[in-house]
Amino acid sequence: MNLAATTQGFLSPTGVEIAFILVGLVTLGAAVMTVTTRQLVHAALWLVVALGGLAVEYLLLTAEFIAWVQVLIYLGSVVVLLLFGLMLTKAPIGRSPDADSGNRPVALAVAGTAAAALVWVVVDAFRTSWIDLDGPAQGSTDTVGAILFRHWVLPFEALSVLLLAALVGAIVLSRKHAKGSETGSATDSDSEGER
Amino acid sequence: MHLAYPAVLSVLLFCTGLYGVLARRNAILVLMSVELMLNAVNLNLVAFDVWLRDALHSGQALTLFTIAIAAAEIGIGLSIVLMVYRNRGSSDVDRLRDTAEGPDDDSSDDPDAAAPAQRTQKAEATA
Repeated sequence: MNLAATTQGFLSPTGVEIAFILVGLVTLGAAVMTVTTRQLVHAALWLVVALGGLAVEYLLLTAEFIAWVQVLIYLGSVVVLLLFGLMLTKAPIGRSPDADSGNRPVALAVAGTAAAALVWVVVDAFRTSWIDLDGPAQGSTDTVGAILFRHWVLPFEALSVLLLAALVGAIVLSRKHAKGSETGSATDSDSEGER
Repeated sequence: MHLAYPAVLSVLLFCTGLYGVLARRNAILVLMSVELMLNAVNLNLVAFDVWLRDALHSGQALTLFTIAIAAAEIGIGLSIVLMVYRNRGSSDVDRLRDTAEGPDDDSSDDPDAAAPAQRTQKAEATA
C-alpha cells in the first residue's frame, strides 16, 4: 500500500475516480431528494436514481455481479413493492405538507453530527489507502459464483430458509381474517400476489 | 482509486438515511430511508472487499446476503405497514402511540373513558 501511495498523487485523479465522484454526487443528491421531497411517489422515484447510481458505483469498483443483482432486486422488486405499498395505503398524490414530522431539527442535528464525525474519522484513517483496480475483475460472475458455492454454501441455504419464512410471514400478515367480510378480498388477494 | 471516496460516499448515504428515518412521518418513507442505510453498508462492504483482495470475497458474499435480507425485510415491513393501515386508517408513525409512556399520555388515568371504537381497534390489532 505504501508503494502504491507513493506512485499515485492525491490531486491527480484517474478517470475512474472522476467518474466515481460524479456518479457519487448524483447518487447523494438523489438520496437527499428521497428524504426531503414532500411528494411521496417522487420519493420512491428518486430512490430509483440513488440505487441505480449505486449500481454504477459497484460497476466502477469491478463488482459487476453485485451491480446486476442490485439492479434486479432493488430497482426491480423493492422499489415496485414500495410503490405498491404507497398505493395500497392511499398515499396522497401531490404535495403532502405533513411528510416530515415535528422532530426534524433534532434529526438534522443527529445526522449532521454523525456525518461530520464519521467523515473525519474515515478520511483520517484511509488517507493513504488506495484500491488497486488493475488486473482481472474481482467481482465477475465467475468469481462470485465460485466462492459463493464453494465457501458460502451453508449461509446461502440458510438464507433461502429465511426468505421462505419471510414469504410465509408476509402472506400471513397481509391476509384478512376468514370471518371478515368479502368486500376487501379482491384487493387483499392482489397484495398477496405481490408478495 | 482512493479508498476514501467510496468510504465517504457510504458515510454520507448512511447519514442521509439516518436523517430520513428520524425525520419522516410516513412509515413507507421510513422504510425507504432504511433501504438507503442498507445500501450504504453494501457499498462499504464491496469497496473494502476490492481493497483487501480477500481470497474468500467475504465482502461481496455478505453484500449478496444483505441484499436478500433487505428484500425480505421490505416485504415483512410493508405487510406490517399495510396491516397497521387497515386497522388504523393511517400509516403515520407519529400517531402510533398506544404503547408510549409520556407526560401527555392520559389514557392510563381513566381507562373507562377510552372510546369504544379505539378499543375495538386495539382488539383487532391484537387478534
